[in-house]
Amino acid sequence: MNWLIDFFGNPANWSGPGGIPARLLEHVEFSLVALILSMIIAIPLGLLIGHTGRGAVLVVVTANAARALPTLGLVVLIVLLVGVGTTWPVLIPLVALAIPPILVNTYEGIRGVDEDLRDAAYGMGLRGGQVLMKVLVPVALPLILLGLRVAAIQVVATATVAAYVGLGGLGRYIIDGLATKDFPSTIGGAVLVAVLALIVQLAFSLLQRVMVSPGVSRRAAKAR
Amino acid sequence: MITFEGVTKRYGDGTVAVDNLSLQVPTGAITVFVGPSGCGKTTSLRMINRMIDATEGRILLDDKDIRQIDPPTLRRGIGYVIQQAGLFPHRKIVDNVATVPYLLGWDKKKARARAMELLERVGLDTKLAGRYPFQLSGGQQQRVGVARALAADPPVLLMDEPFSAVDPVVRTSLQDELLRLQSELHKTIVFVTHDIDEAIKLGDTVAVLRVGGHLAQIADPSTLLAEPADDFVEGFLGKDRGIRRLSFVPAGGVAVRAERDVPGWSVVLDGDDRPLGWRAGGSTGPTDTQAAGKDGLLPFGTFDLEKDSLRAALDAALLAPSGCAIAVDGDGRFAGVVTREALDEALLRASGAAGPTGAGSHG
Amino acid sequence: MGDGEPLVRWAWIGRNWPSIQQLLVDHVIMALLPVLLGLLIALPLGLASARWRVLYQPTVGLMNVVYSLPSLAVFIVLIPVTGLAERATVIIPLTFYSLAVLIPAVVDGLEAVPDHVRQSAVAMGFGPMRRLLQVDLPIAVPVVLAGLRVATVSSISLVSVGALIGRGGLGYLFIDGWQRQFYTPIVVGIVLVVALAVLADGLLVLAQRLLTPWARARRAA
Repeated sequence: MNWLIDFFGNPANWSGPGGIPARLLEHVEFSLVALILSMIIAIPLGLLIGHTGRGAVLVVVTANAARALPTLGLVVLIVLLVGVGTTWPVLIPLVALAIPPILVNTYEGIRGVDEDLRDAAYGMGLRGGQVLMKVLVPVALPLILLGLRVAAIQVVATATVAAYVGLGGLGRYIIDGLATKDFPSTIGGAVLVAVLALIVQLAFSLLQRVMVSPGVSRRAAKAR
Repeated sequence: MITFEGVTKRYGDGTVAVDNLSLQVPTGAITVFVGPSGCGKTTSLRMINRMIDATEGRILLDDKDIRQIDPPTLRRGIGYVIQQAGLFPHRKIVDNVATVPYLLGWDKKKARARAMELLERVGLDTKLAGRYPFQLSGGQQQRVGVARALAADPPVLLMDEPFSAVDPVVRTSLQDELLRLQSELHKTIVFVTHDIDEAIKLGDTVAVLRVGGHLAQIADPSTLLAEPADDFVEGFLGKDRGIRRLSFVPAGGVAVRAERDVPGWSVVLDGDDRPLGWRAGGSTGPTDTQAAGKDGLLPFGTFDLEKDSLRAALDAALLAPSGCAIAVDGDGRFAGVVTREALDEALLRASGAAGPTGAGSHG
Repeated sequence: MGDGEPLVRWAWIGRNWPSIQQLLVDHVIMALLPVLLGLLIALPLGLASARWRVLYQPTVGLMNVVYSLPSLAVFIVLIPVTGLAERATVIIPLTFYSLAVLIPAVVDGLEAVPDHVRQSAVAMGFGPMRRLLQVDLPIAVPVVLAGLRVATVSSISLVSVGALIGRGGLGYLFIDGWQRQFYTPIVVGIVLVVALAVLADGLLVLAQRLLTPWARARRAA
């Protein structure tokens, strides 16, 4: 507890490029960029594979690989290979690790939509793209959002680890603290990261409420 | 009119779902495809809106080969109802019904107004319009499914076992509702079912298919019951064909005696001329009708002379101790009695002249 | 680096094989012990949540929260309690991660027992304990094992993060490689971790086949 008071009570930790607001912003910014990049790659791919049914093997392989790959090893190897100094190489492992959950959940979500529903949609004269966007995506949205949530949490955690190879953000407190035996800073950083992860979790719960149709989440009010 | 000309559906693995099917689905009537599972009835139906494309032969919709129409455009002009209703869970009922109007580019207000009108038409409370599908019972969902199929007023309606997932009571009411709707709308309806009773109840024409996708017989229900083409059709029709066929013989031809007495029994009426029951012994004069009440009366059966079938008349006779049926007019007022002899004569005529009796009234 | 350094220097592996082996053993212990502990705790907790539905939502909600915490942060917070570079500092959080996967799996598995099966077991005179052991649990096995596969594979890959606090089994190779700007240990580490995960996953699939012969028959049908 004392360490936490030491860390959060120190005014020096609240300003400047090494201050909490700046580090938090860095962390969020970096995570957001990584998440958006992986969405741009994984969502269309997942929709395509789920809708056409082609390339499902790719999904299974990615899903398994994603869980088995050690994040730290991947981060270290890629940064070493691509080059140290700038921060953007760190984006590569972050994006690589965020793609599988988005891809797999998008695919599963689309794939899992009731066959009758697909049938009814085509039968009423919706075209392939309309079936996908107007029926399959809204119905699969809970799973797609779940994939995004898992990916976002993964990115926040991996970005913390990536401080080890020079990335800014909240991980800096942990890594630098460990190196200099500055435990207040280490623990403070850990708490900040944990809180950020919880906020991400919460944000996605809210997003789910706003975006998913009450008819799909089955929480529409009984009487109107 | 929908015409199948030598239509065959063969899958890659060699299985033949539909084998050289040729038949005509008349405009403005209900045609039922019936048969055991694996007979290709659903495949045949789905070839009409090109959910499945035929391997050989062609299907004409009002003399136009459907393969020349782009599938989504074709489908928007054909209503489609499936077993589980297939409602979109993420859309409110009103928007589900308005799906095709929206696709056709109607403005939102007009589409919704049309949807509300259809909800009423299929017998649903318009208060349900703002609900989501999961909040409705199976029967209600199925009604929404029918409303949705009718939304853009398509001339053709395809119904793929639409009522088979609901309980018998709801099914009967949905069937009655469909017949009522059809009497107002006169759509060209193709209806698929595995239930021969449903086929006979609903169909103006019934096509019986057998496993392997062969057409075994196509006829109106009365002819089907009277003259099944072969053992398969006969077996599929089941027992009591003769009795069931009487449903298609109008009772109007039976001889009615416009008096209340038959040997040993008399009909007691209330002040409004409606039958109350049978009393043993002869009539004791017109005054007793008010006094008698229901005491000491025995059960009776009636049939509507104008609307009911010979089967209803026979049933009415079997319910009464006197063995005679009571005929009533459209308002339920006493019209006369039908003796067993008169029924015998009518039955004889019905079995002798088993040919077409005109479109029998349904229900 | 782009200095022609090869991804793998085989000689280095040969020279360091004994220490790599040690790391491997340490890694296996730190990865599998949490899964085992997790299973032992998840079974009774899962049974309780399936039995008393009120427990279900809070339990699963809590597990969701636990699962979302970054592993490095949890390791760090535990250091004052369990110490730096200690196995326990890694094992305890990983046990919680395993729980987060396994409790829902146990509950879902038990829910997968069809009601008519349960009813007929009761009707035939199975007592509660016997029914649990001979009917409910065997039917729940596939779902629980699926959870066990996820927990095992994640645990194996997560251990390496522990290297940042001085105890990460094969993860040490990543730190070593980074500090010396040397690919070989990193590649060896990644390959071994993935191989370990694939092997463990394969064994669990095998176990599932042996434990649920009826499921295989159905798959073949």
